[in-house]
Amino acid sequence: MGRIAIVVGFFALVILLAVGLKRDPREVPSPLIGKPAPAFELPRLGSAQRFSPKDMQGKVWLLNVWASWCVTCRDEHPVLVDFARTKRAPLVGLNYKDQSDDARKWLARFGDPYQFSVVDADGRIGIDYGVYGGPETYLIDRAGVIRFKQIGPVTPELLTGKIIPMIAELER
Amino acid sequence: MIAELGHFALALALCVAFAQGVLPLVGAARGNARWMAFARPAAAAQFLLVALAFCALGWSFAQNDFSLAYVAQNSNSKLPLPYRLSAVWGGHEGSLLLWILMLAGWTLAVALASRSLPDALVARTLGVLGLVAAAFHAFILFTSNPFERLARVPADGRDLNPLLQDPGLIFHPPMLYMGYVGFSVAFALSIAALASGKLDAAWARWSRPWTIAAWMFLTLGIALGSIWAYYELGWGGWWFWDPVENASFMPWLIGTALIHSLAVTEKRGALKSWTLLLAITAFSLSLLGTFLVRSGVLTSVHAFATDPRRGIFILVLLALVIGSSLALFVARAPRGATGGAFEVVSRETLLLVNNLLLAAACGTVLLGTLYPLAIDALGMGKISVGPPYFNTVFVPLMVPLLFFVALGPQASWHSASLAELAARMKYALLFAIAGGLAIPFAMGSFAPLVALSMALVLWVVASAWLQLRARVAPAGPGVRTRLAALARQPRHYWGMHVAHLGLAVFVVGVALSKGYESEKEVRMSPGDTLTLGMYGVRMLGVREAPGPNYTAVVADMELVRDGQVVMRLYPEKRHYFSSQMPMTEAAIDPGLTRDVYVALGDPLGGGAWSVRAHVKPFVDWIWGGCLLMAFGGLLALLDRRYRAAARATAASEAVAAARA
Repeated sequence: MGRIAIVVGFFALVILLAVGLKRDPREVPSPLIGKPAPAFELPRLGSAQRFSPKDMQGKVWLLNVWASWCVTCRDEHPVLVDFARTKRAPLVGLNYKDQSDDARKWLARFGDPYQFSVVDADGRIGIDYGVYGGPETYLIDRAGVIRFKQIGPVTPELLTGKIIPMIAELER
Repeated sequence: MIAELGHFALALALCVAFAQGVLPLVGAARGNARWMAFARPAAAAQFLLVALAFCALGWSFAQNDFSLAYVAQNSNSKLPLPYRLSAVWGGHEGSLLLWILMLAGWTLAVALASRSLPDALVARTLGVLGLVAAAFHAFILFTSNPFERLARVPADGRDLNPLLQDPGLIFHPPMLYMGYVGFSVAFALSIAALASGKLDAAWARWSRPWTIAAWMFLTLGIALGSIWAYYELGWGGWWFWDPVENASFMPWLIGTALIHSLAVTEKRGALKSWTLLLAITAFSLSLLGTFLVRSGVLTSVHAFATDPRRGIFILVLLALVIGSSLALFVARAPRGATGGAFEVVSRETLLLVNNLLLAAACGTVLLGTLYPLAIDALGMGKISVGPPYFNTVFVPLMVPLLFFVALGPQASWHSASLAELAARMKYALLFAIAGGLAIPFAMGSFAPLVALSMALVLWVVASAWLQLRARVAPAGPGVRTRLAALARQPRHYWGMHVAHLGLAVFVVGVALSKGYESEKEVRMSPGDTLTLGMYGVRMLGVREAPGPNYTAVVADMELVRDGQVVMRLYPEKRHYFSSQMPMTEAAIDPGLTRDVYVALGDPLGGGAWSVRAHVKPFVDWIWGGCLLMAFGGLLALLDRRYRAAARATAASEAVAAARA
């Protein structure tokens, strides 16, 4: 009897762990989904102009958090460059806790997929948006409501499977 | 080039480990001595190859080779060299490399120290260790290669997580892994015993020192981690019931049970199946811990970036290793009562009760650790299980455990008399109750839980004293004679008492620091004094201090008692260049009867800071107790009889060989 219990218990444990693997414990649904994107006004990188999310009213757009110190951002970068070429939706960069010089050099070296980037040097806006670290990407609809948030790099699969269809739906 | 050499060494180690796993096992099954003899040289070769790979990674860190993805992610050219070297195990890939280095080290130790063991047992044990090693080599090579190069080389590394930039990183993980992985030896010996069906006192005597050694390292490793958390995390706690802490604590609990059950198996030939099951469980829990930490199924301060492939791989590994050993256990373990029978009141029974309590404690920890996972898996939401659960279920199990810790060594094997036990222990019981009631009043206020804990502590101490007295009584009267008799006691006997006293010391620390802690959080400007009990903490000023890869704000404080300055304290707040999170470096004035712990909070503007101070009575006894427990293990390990037994067997073998 006891031996059967051991075997059954062990199988239950393995099944539990297998199911648990498919779930991400950190994937706490962002409280910002369905809420208006927090307002800000920040200078653009390398320009005197300022930008605020309300400038994008009426457009479906993407806000991508990046920094030159962020190694994963560099992996994500070519995906964004390809996406920008399709001109599917405006992509704005939020240059997060970075040195502007480093950021400009980084874009010059690897290419600039962004319509423009805004400078969040001290990370204050990052706090409003609940940024864990780079990269993160927000999909914002015409009314300025956050519809989707990606923590970590945007992948080609995520773009074609989720983000681009969502853009199409939101633009309808 | 060096990195490629390391990578190659790892790949070669996989092949060697596989051969070490297969050939000797087949050889043992067929009685082929030459195949069995392959185990020892293979173990040595494997250790050399893994050590080479490990050194290659260390070299890459020392040389700031940021073309390696792992180095780029966990180091920085500004990072001081000792931390660059310990950053080797600061991330996922390197931790696994450390894991496998430890496994190779233990395997080599078995190969070297097993001259007196039967060849088939050695071959099987090393074979099982080889198979485990092969699985982990494959895991590293296919999912977690630390030698992977980056296509684009960054100018500098991302730096080691600031939480890890502490001497704790240098000592805690190696010590912990020594213990964790060390249970693999008892595991392999058990599998070998199951495979051969030979499960005698000699087998148990062989398993004991390996189990005790692993347990000793695990005790030290857990204690080091706890000290680290105490001063580094900045809120003065010493145990958080974090999933990863639990992952190391569960093998410890089962390992403790195993040590005791091995004693019964060796001395009395009883509890054989139970001993085997514990040995399998201890190592399985080590593997489960590795899975929980490495797969990222649970959130924890220790969790690293995760990759689903890794989780699947290690889950399959876990299922294969544990599943096949349990299957072997179910099929082959001796059934029913084996070996020496024992009465209801006997040392065997008491040790079995101790085992069941430890196993139950482990079960509650496992339940609490996996419960959030189960709830999430059932789609019932995200919850976390914290100290309230663990304290509620764990403490009630520890109370009877402490009670029986004192009784176990008093009872005789096979059959003890309850009346005799009661007669011997009645004054100890009275002493414990009286002392338990008195101590809280001496500390200032009565608390039932403190009284209970202290009574149990005194109960354990009094029992040890009674026993030692009874042990030396036959030597005759006179302090000298008795001390001489004490000194003659075997080391394993001392080891037991030292470890049990360590447990008592540990409980003193837990109970008193929890029961009589005082804490204050205030706003302070230079010149202000915070009063906490009989201590005052005066802030003299705050200054900036640059570090190698961070800037710090250091508060200059004086600890005052009775108008006298006891000590200068320098709590820090560090901002590492690589991280947004400020790190708190608490300043501690440690003491035998209390710690004064001061942590700098946030700036409040106008030169004012929030400052938190704790006075923690007897908190250092927690780690002192752990140290005593580990020292008890060391004493038991150094016992003559292991070496004597080894020599005797070797001698008899030599004689047999000479005759043949």
